[in-house]
Amino acid sequence: MNQLKIKISENIRVSGNYFRLKFRSEQLSKTARPGQFIELKVTDGLEPLLRKPLGIHRIISPNMVEVLYEVIGKGTEALSKRSPGEVLDVIGPLGNGFDLGSRVEGPGSRVLVAGGIGAAPLVFLAQKLRPLSAKPPEGTIDHRPSTLGRPLVLIGAKTKDALLCEKEFKDLGCNVSIVTEDGSKGHKGFVTDLLKKVLNTQYSILNTIYTCGPKSMLKAVAHISTKYRTPCQLLLEEYMACGVGVCLGCPIKVKTQYPCLAGRQAILNTQYQYKMVCKDGPVFRADEVIWE
Amino acid sequence: MNTSVKVGRIRLKNPVIAASGTFGVEYNELVDIESLGAVVAKTITLNAREGNPPPRLVETPAGMLNSIGLENAGLQDFINKKLPAYLKLKVPVIASISAETAGELMELAKRLDKTAVEGIELNLSCPNIRSGTLISQDPKATYEAVRQVKKATEKTVIAKLSPNVTDIRVFAKAAEEGGADAVSLINTFFAMAVDIEKRRPLLGNITGGLSGPPIKPIALKMVWDAFNEVDIPIIGIGGIMTYKDAMEFIICGATAIQVGTANFINPQVTVEIIDGIRQYMTRKNINSLKKLIGSLEVR
Ligand SMILES: Cc1cc2nc3c(=O)[nH]c(=O)nc-3n(C[C@H](O)[C@H](O)[C@H](O)COP(=O)(O)OP(=O)(O)OC[C@H]3O[C@@H](n4cnc5c(N)ncnc54)[C@H](O)[C@@H]3O)c2cc1C
Ligand SMILES: Cc1cc2nc3c(=O)[nH]c(=O)nc-3n(C[C@H](O)[C@H](O)[C@H](O)COP(=O)(O)O)c2cc1C
Ligand code: FES
Repeated sequence: MNQLKIKISENIRVSGNYFRLKFRSEQLSKTARPGQFIELKVTDGLEPLLRKPLGIHRIISPNMVEVLYEVIGKGTEALSKRSPGEVLDVIGPLGNGFDLGSRVEGPGSRVLVAGGIGAAPLVFLAQKLRPLSAKPPEGTIDHRPSTLGRPLVLIGAKTKDALLCEKEFKDLGCNVSIVTEDGSKGHKGFVTDLLKKVLNTQYSILNTIYTCGPKSMLKAVAHISTKYRTPCQLLLEEYMACGVGVCLGCPIKVKTQYPCLAGRQAILNTQYQYKMVCKDGPVFRADEVIWE
Repeated sequence: MNTSVKVGRIRLKNPVIAASGTFGVEYNELVDIESLGAVVAKTITLNAREGNPPPRLVETPAGMLNSIGLENAGLQDFINKKLPAYLKLKVPVIASISAETAGELMELAKRLDKTAVEGIELNLSCPNIRSGTLISQDPKATYEAVRQVKKATEKTVIAKLSPNVTDIRVFAKAAEEGGADAVSLINTFFAMAVDIEKRRPLLGNITGGLSGPPIKPIALKMVWDAFNEVDIPIIGIGGIMTYKDAMEFIICGATAIQVGTANFINPQVTVEIIDGIRQYMTRKNINSLKKLIGSLEVR
């Protein structure tokens, strides 16, 4: 973790309320892991006062970092008005990233489920998953059909205009499926419906779901992952102040298990505790999160 | 140049202290903690507390509300883990304690007396079981709480006052009479914010405490009032973002200052304030910070 001054290289509207911010930082591009975030001071003044947490969207080159953000309030609005050449104060990389696993994966072993702006940090994940899943180890022959072994990405959005990152995922060699609530592109309905279909059919040997998006979607994905006994990692959001675990301002409820005696039998008793999204997360296992 | 000050028996190499609940060893990667005057640890209670439900934070114009609810892992965890981690960083540590009964308060003070903390700050913004209000809103209860803690420890005792009172002087006086070595003020202002679309409070606890730049002018006035009322040292707190803010407090009578919310915005702010104070002293040709304390010219 470092506090850095970064110079904006590019800050442009992608579509609707979505913007891309590019800046040079060798330190971040070298050290950041997928799922980690930065805390950005979007103005030099007192409004807004707090830093804003934003996920790392892509590492474009050994020294270029990209963030994809949605303008939803004062802070993101102010950020969208900053120009190339201007300097921002950034703290990062923060939090623990996704657990990428260690082994070279079998066919179709990773499913990424993205809802709305939740697609942004998953692109960085796909960047890092690609070498694991798409390429067999050095010296071995790749017997897999060309479409297998690639991460499967399910992108959901309200309408086709709100769809994000389809091209990025495809350029990374992912298999991409689209779902829109109004049916204006891809399947019609919810991305979670498609996830169920996928788990029911072609990807029976998947080993991990990675997901980011609105809370209602994350909750549904977590539920499905439990039902299908598929490990699932969620990237969660909460309001933040410090971003490093000192203010205790960003709690989520997680299950804690501790051994205890029931009669003569040792059992695991489940209780809950608060963990901090910034320091203990922002990635959590679906089976540990308690939904309110 | 001498920037050192004394608060009770604590000798601070400079007057800049990190405020309770807004700082931690996690910042070690971002700021040179060793150069601070002292750090006040997060308030602890005898037993662990889980804290309030989320959301615990919301931003307000130039400020923020929090309703953490004193989440902490309890006294034993502080002694076993938190305190050693701080001491490794070679920074003077002031413990902060809170309790709902006199018994718990005494127990906390007694056990901390045997540790390496430099002092104990008494966070009085906790419910007072007997009167149903907060200890910090009842002069008698304030006096009693300070007296109990003083009885239980030889360490420097600082009473942290709440601004949610009609006349801060009464409370500063009550703390002084109870035997406090110093008073620190202020804690946060009771406050709230509402989502008008959903007609719901923006904090999980409905209400919380306001901190940051918006409270600074009020905090300053309270420090000035207290300075004119008591003889013990005053530690000024509230919205301090720069060395200029810090100097205002010192000139109004604060012997030392604490920085809270500003740490979140710039983790290096405390060190920048120390540098700023030194530069100010050079510019004003003043060799001892003590000469500036309460030096406000009112004629
Ligand atoms: C770890 C992490 C990673 C993130 N990554 C990204 C990213 O890559 N791209 C992106 O666009 N956004 C991301 N966010 C969300 C982003 O931080 C918020 O959108 C931003 O802070 C809003 O600031 P604002 O001042 O514009 O909005 P505000 O004025 O603070 O709020 C506007 C509205 O949004 C709601 N809101 C604001 N923040 C949150 C929150 N954290 N949770 C729930 N509701 C909220 C408020 O209630 C309000 O209704 C991330 C958040 C976290 C915690
Ligand atoms: C997130 C947060 C947590 C806090 N926790 C505590 C605490 O545990 N004990 C305490 O005495 N004060 C606590 N405070 C109050 C601060 O120590 C300080 O008195 C107050 O925020 C005003 O100073 P500021 O404007 O510089 O932040 C907390 C403040 C914030 C913002
Ligand atoms: S934002 Fe401060 S603890 Fe997470």
